Amino acid sequence: MSDASLLAIRDLHVTYATGDGPLPAVRGVDLTVERGQIVGVAGESGCGKSTLASTILRLQPSNATVSGTVLFDGRDVLTMRWGELRAVRWAGASIVFQGALHSLNPVHRIGDQISEPLRIHNPSLADRASRQRVGELLDQVGLDPQRARSYPHQLSGGQKQRVMIAMALACDPELVVADEPTTALDVMVQAQVLNVLSTLVRERGVGMMMISHDLSVLADLCDRITVMYAGRVVEEGPARRIFVEPLHPYSAALSAAFPRVGDPAARFAPSGLPGDPPQPWLLPGGCTFAPRCPRAAEVCLPAEPPLTSYGEERSAACVRIGEPDAPSVEPASGHVS
Amino acid sequence: MTDLAAPRLSARHLARQRRLASYRRTWRAFRRHRSGVAGLAILLVFVLVALAAPLLASSDGLDVTLANGPVLGAPSSHYWLGTDDNGRSVLTLLIWGSRISLLVGLSATVISMVIGTLMGLVSGYFGGWIGRITFRVTEWMLVIPFLPLAIGLATVLGPGLFNIIIVIGVTSWPSTALLIRSQTLSIKERAYVERAEAIGGGRWHQMGRHVLPNVMPMVFANTTLTVAGAILTETTLSFLGLGDPTRTSWGSMLDSAYQVGAITTGSWWFVIPPGICVVLVVLAFTLIGQALEEVLNPRLRARR
Repeated sequence: MSDASLLAIRDLHVTYATGDGPLPAVRGVDLTVERGQIVGVAGESGCGKSTLASTILRLQPSNATVSGTVLFDGRDVLTMRWGELRAVRWAGASIVFQGALHSLNPVHRIGDQISEPLRIHNPSLADRASRQRVGELLDQVGLDPQRARSYPHQLSGGQKQRVMIAMALACDPELVVADEPTTALDVMVQAQVLNVLSTLVRERGVGMMMISHDLSVLADLCDRITVMYAGRVVEEGPARRIFVEPLHPYSAALSAAFPRVGDPAARFAPSGLPGDPPQPWLLPGGCTFAPRCPRAAEVCLPAEPPLTSYGEERSAACVRIGEPDAPSVEPASGHVS
Repeated sequence: MTDLAAPRLSARHLARQRRLASYRRTWRAFRRHRSGVAGLAILLVFVLVALAAPLLASSDGLDVTLANGPVLGAPSSHYWLGTDDNGRSVLTLLIWGSRISLLVGLSATVISMVIGTLMGLVSGYFGGWIGRITFRVTEWMLVIPFLPLAIGLATVLGPGLFNIIIVIGVTSWPSTALLIRSQTLSIKERAYVERAEAIGGGRWHQMGRHVLPNVMPMVFANTTLTVAGAILTETTLSFLGLGDPTRTSWGSMLDSAYQVGAITTGSWWFVIPPGICVVLVVLAFTLIGQALEEVLNPRLRARR
């Protein structure tokens, strides 16, 4: 564990108390984001991605119990005092929310909403200065500064999402968490928004954690990818490598779900996974992925496989890696977690 | 410089036009409700009469020592609505009474709205013990029989215009609070409130900037209905002799009519006009309130 990391999540557990008993959403996740690095988090719906994102700013609902540490700049967000936490919120780390369509208040102009974090963190800010800053931000995300006077319903989905990005960058944060920033947008707009986001992040050298179910998008934009399944990390490594030659069968399935243009083999390769992710309150014993895994065997059933290092900064949690008809990579060292 | 100023001016111009257009749209939607327009017309007449009272009837007509009409005289060409037991013109009393009734109704509503909105917001927004206590207080106020509470309070505070406003204001807020609370509960779960928390906004920031503007339409629609109730309450309290004895209101007219036995002597002109005025004003506010509610609440509008 190094203090130099911008964001260091260690052994994070998040459990929701529900009417049906405890519901473990995140079960022992480790994740590191360095300055200037884009880290992708991939996984299906309900695997704990969004819970992970909300925990970074301690935004989890009140029925959640959290253990582990979330070190932001070396300070633990989870035990921080209220005043310090408020300063970290947005000035330190900001979030591009999943549903931009609902994250803007319909009764305020977007300019006022972008300047809202500016005013919260600097109450003495002059009107003129804040208007100018809002104009700059809108310009950076490719919107006409005149748009500041519009209401959210006057903007398209892609424009609203760009407003959310402008808002996320308003206070010059060191970390941007993008929680599925392109949900509900069509493919063209999605590409534009992602382009704007990644360009701005690269230019400013801030760290970014990007959450998506689309492994191909993450492979393009990110430096490293963490693949989550049922609240645990099942594979972690350099983005391209995970997409091109995944170690864990689940990563392989995610990768295969997006056919590569110009690759005839991809057309005929089996894609998709049978079944649904396990219900968090009914996790199967042993490897949680085994019931859906095409390569499941007897060895998968006794215990949940630990995250094991496979050289070149890669690690995966599957006992069958290296066995016949599996990706032939030899275990390099012991456990990582 | 002029180049810079020109587009900004036009943007402001555009915004003003848009706002005007939205007002016009609301007005057009409101105009479709015939009952609402009728209510508005009735109310306008009463407001004009109340404002122009000194022009329509000299305030000398309220002074018992200057009154020279017959005792409980029937309507005549000189006294259009007859005279009261002191020989004052009932019409003059009616005109000046409208001032007090409207003033008390509106001021009490403002107090009631402020308390109700605040209690509703706080009990809806805050979970935990703050929310629970404010909600219990609201429920408790709601189940106390209203009239005994108002009578008790009015007795303790003593008679007076200001006191009667206070009494009505602090007893009529619970239903508003319940309404605002339910709306707050739904709005605080919206994504933009979570965003407001994520950007570091405190609870008061979230409540004041994000929840309150979204419950305001409901507050406005509820206001008109509360005014009707407040005027009725003022009449009730005045009739029971708890009003300001130095000022004439419709309620106090009914009270003195009852005291001097106007009903048994058949002096209908002293009883019926103030009664009809109260009914008309209350009806006007209720009609406006219902029409406004339908205009401002799209779900009700769709049902028509």
